[in-house]
Amino acid sequence: MTNTYEHHEYDVLIIGAGGAGLRAAIEAKQRGLKVGIITKSLLGKAHTVMAEGGMAAAMGNVYAEDNWMVHFRDTMRGGKYLNNNRMAELHAKESPDRVRELEQWGALFDRTKDGKILQRDFGGHRYARLAHVGDRTGLELIRTLQQKVVSMGTDVFMECKVLKLVHDADGRIAGCVAYWRPTGEFVTFSAKAIILATGGVGKSWKFTSNSWEGTGDGHAMALWAGAQLIDMECIQFHPTGMVWPLSVRGLLVTEGVRGDGGVLRNSEGKRFMFNYVADMFRAETAESEEEADKWYDDHTAGRRPPELLPRDEVARAINAEVKAGRGTPHGGVYLDIASRRSAEFIRRRLPSMYHQFMELAGVDITSESMEIGPTCHYIMGGVKVDADTAATSVPGLFAAGEVAGGMHGANRLGGNSLSDLVVFGRRAGMGAAEYIEAGEVATSLNMAEVEEAIREALAPFERTEGENPYDIQRDLQEMMQANVGIIRNAQEVEFALGELEKFTQRVKNIKVKGGRAYNPGWNLATDLPSMISVSKCVATGASLRKESRGGHTREDYPAADPEFAKFNFAHSTNGGNWDSPIVTVESPLLPMPDELKALLEEAH
Amino acid sequence: MADVTMRIWRGDASGGDFENYTIAQNEGEVVLDVIHRIQATDAPDLACRWNCKAGKCGSCAAEINGKPRLMCMTRMDQLPEGPVTVTPMKTFPIIRDLVTDVSFNFAQAEKVPAFLPPPMPEGGYVMFQEDVERGQEFRKCIECFMCQDVCHVIRDHEENKAHYAGPRFFIRYAELEMHPLDQNDRRDLVREEMGLGYCNITKCCTEVCPEHIKITDNAIIPLKERVVDAHYDPVAWLGRKILRRTKRSSAEATVQPAP
Repeated sequence: MTNTYEHHEYDVLIIGAGGAGLRAAIEAKQRGLKVGIITKSLLGKAHTVMAEGGMAAAMGNVYAEDNWMVHFRDTMRGGKYLNNNRMAELHAKESPDRVRELEQWGALFDRTKDGKILQRDFGGHRYARLAHVGDRTGLELIRTLQQKVVSMGTDVFMECKVLKLVHDADGRIAGCVAYWRPTGEFVTFSAKAIILATGGVGKSWKFTSNSWEGTGDGHAMALWAGAQLIDMECIQFHPTGMVWPLSVRGLLVTEGVRGDGGVLRNSEGKRFMFNYVADMFRAETAESEEEADKWYDDHTAGRRPPELLPRDEVARAINAEVKAGRGTPHGGVYLDIASRRSAEFIRRRLPSMYHQFMELAGVDITSESMEIGPTCHYIMGGVKVDADTAATSVPGLFAAGEVAGGMHGANRLGGNSLSDLVVFGRRAGMGAAEYIEAGEVATSLNMAEVEEAIREALAPFERTEGENPYDIQRDLQEMMQANVGIIRNAQEVEFALGELEKFTQRVKNIKVKGGRAYNPGWNLATDLPSMISVSKCVATGASLRKESRGGHTREDYPAADPEFAKFNFAHSTNGGNWDSPIVTVESPLLPMPDELKALLEEAH
Repeated sequence: MADVTMRIWRGDASGGDFENYTIAQNEGEVVLDVIHRIQATDAPDLACRWNCKAGKCGSCAAEINGKPRLMCMTRMDQLPEGPVTVTPMKTFPIIRDLVTDVSFNFAQAEKVPAFLPPPMPEGGYVMFQEDVERGQEFRKCIECFMCQDVCHVIRDHEENKAHYAGPRFFIRYAELEMHPLDQNDRRDLVREEMGLGYCNITKCCTEVCPEHIKITDNAIIPLKERVVDAHYDPVAWLGRKILRRTKRSSAEATVQPAP
């Protein structure tokens, strides 16, 4: 079959233009390769801009005691030991260099008094470790990388949505098929290596901090192409999302509010987090408000406040307070920084939060408490990759950033995401370059796969009647929120698995109105197969993991079970179609070298 | 709450017209919420750009009752009573409905000579908060391009786009010019090719900036002063002739070497 579509050829093709994708592009470009980036939005709009608090790196600028070993330990403890330990090690070792490198490319981080990069406190990090720019660190990261990529003359395909990865005859990744959103025309790409950097999946939940883009395209395309997804049940519900007005419910409120002194109170005005300190964190957490309050100025004068426990702990506590009837009028709890810091301090340290609440909720956070509650924020699970090269099990396919699994285990620490993007974005670029240098790359696209993807994409136009994709999306979000949310049980996740089969059938009956040019209804119709494939993996993992660990909480199995700490659930599909059955196996964790084990066992 | 009528421009490059959608209102909603509800029911093919819905990505700029606004940050209850008119940004070519072709801005971004720092010392660069703050103000820019949309130099004169970078890029040039580490000199480029002189400081850009960047006062006016100093100051001119410049000229500026 001949290719009659617009066609482009690259050495390395990167799908996704957030922090991981852009960093991967820089690395591949620096190695002299021909690099293309495809993004379904405009350049610079990726979800990375939403990251607020900072990027974690043990630079030791504020606390000289900090180093990669402490960061490694914090990351593994935060992840409840489900992490790929090699990824956690590389991340802790390399993130300081990745932060400094951003300043070589024009970033301007906030400074310490002696002119170094300032670092702030965040949950689960023993020392003040997050390099930041006020509360808009993600914007700084993406703009810096974007400007660097543009200065290097990289091809960027904007508002181009990839539908499916395409193999060659031997099963290697050979390219992909996509469509231009402005025109609706199809386009094919050949590439020796493809790096997935597509971000997360949060849009399948009703209350989420994720933008419309978080539909799990990369997770799903990897699954369909033959790769494995791990830890998909581990979803982070960020403790502090806005709860009112309803139209902004789920919108993120940075953890920086708590890092800078904000505390959580229930409707009785009580700082309830002291009642929710798990045994694992008791030795390092303050027992009284007096002790906690000393810590902000001097980490040696008291132990850390319980508001800065890892996110999974805080989210569960908020959930419990609301359930016990001590919530706010709109079903959240109060986040109070107004009574604890000056108005000037709050406006300087948290300018976006100040504007967000003032403009969207009519709340002045320098004089009033915020109402907040958990919001679906991040998926720890993702494509199973080799730590050093970001290679998946499919030759020619790499993954970095949120779409990759393993780095964060069962729960990600705040600030470890931005550093993850640049550490493993770079490694994916290196891994792809080495794969290409080794020479065993694909040479031709399997055009039957291309034609099949295009036929599926056009089917919703050909039906004379059928369902509105927006109705399916709304029902899917409500179903996942209700049954595979922050607290789960056997009955609900089994129900969800049954419902997901019904959603699969409903997607096959979508009718799209209008033409192909910039049609959001059609675009949503092409997102839904990904959302459903990913949701099936999440629900399957949630059903099988009969324990509670990190971002997976089962009310019928409330404790962690050491037997479940030995493996990840790994999902794959043999059919390669979006509706092919999911096959799930236990995939043993990477054995941990003794020297890393020793770091975890050190008493602190 | 009473129903509201949304007058939304629908069409493409070949033409279009307003369509009215009358819809119930909910407490606390922004314009983008209402657009989304219209998409989900009456008009699933209504094209609009959006991403974060939190005022951080700058995707959803449109003209609401004739003024450039972010749809995600404009509350319905703060608009005057009566129908709400939503049109695409006027300065850029239409793709469809509320979506415009903003590639002019990406082309301008490609023309900016790259940031060029000295080699990084062991342990990283030393910069002080007061030195980075000026640039940080400009780096708050979310690239919504509303300043470009409202700037009359290109809003009313398509022909000026060929030689005018616009406010968004003047703050970028100002940021680089004021960056404590940058060694490129872009002053001649800004004067000769980026059309800084066309700006007659009416501050329309500053008024629409959702990040409250003082575009005119803190970027454009200081940039004009620096450019003038570089070009007309006879001592500086002589110094350049004799000593060559310590900063590279914009013509020589290239993509910086990889560290």
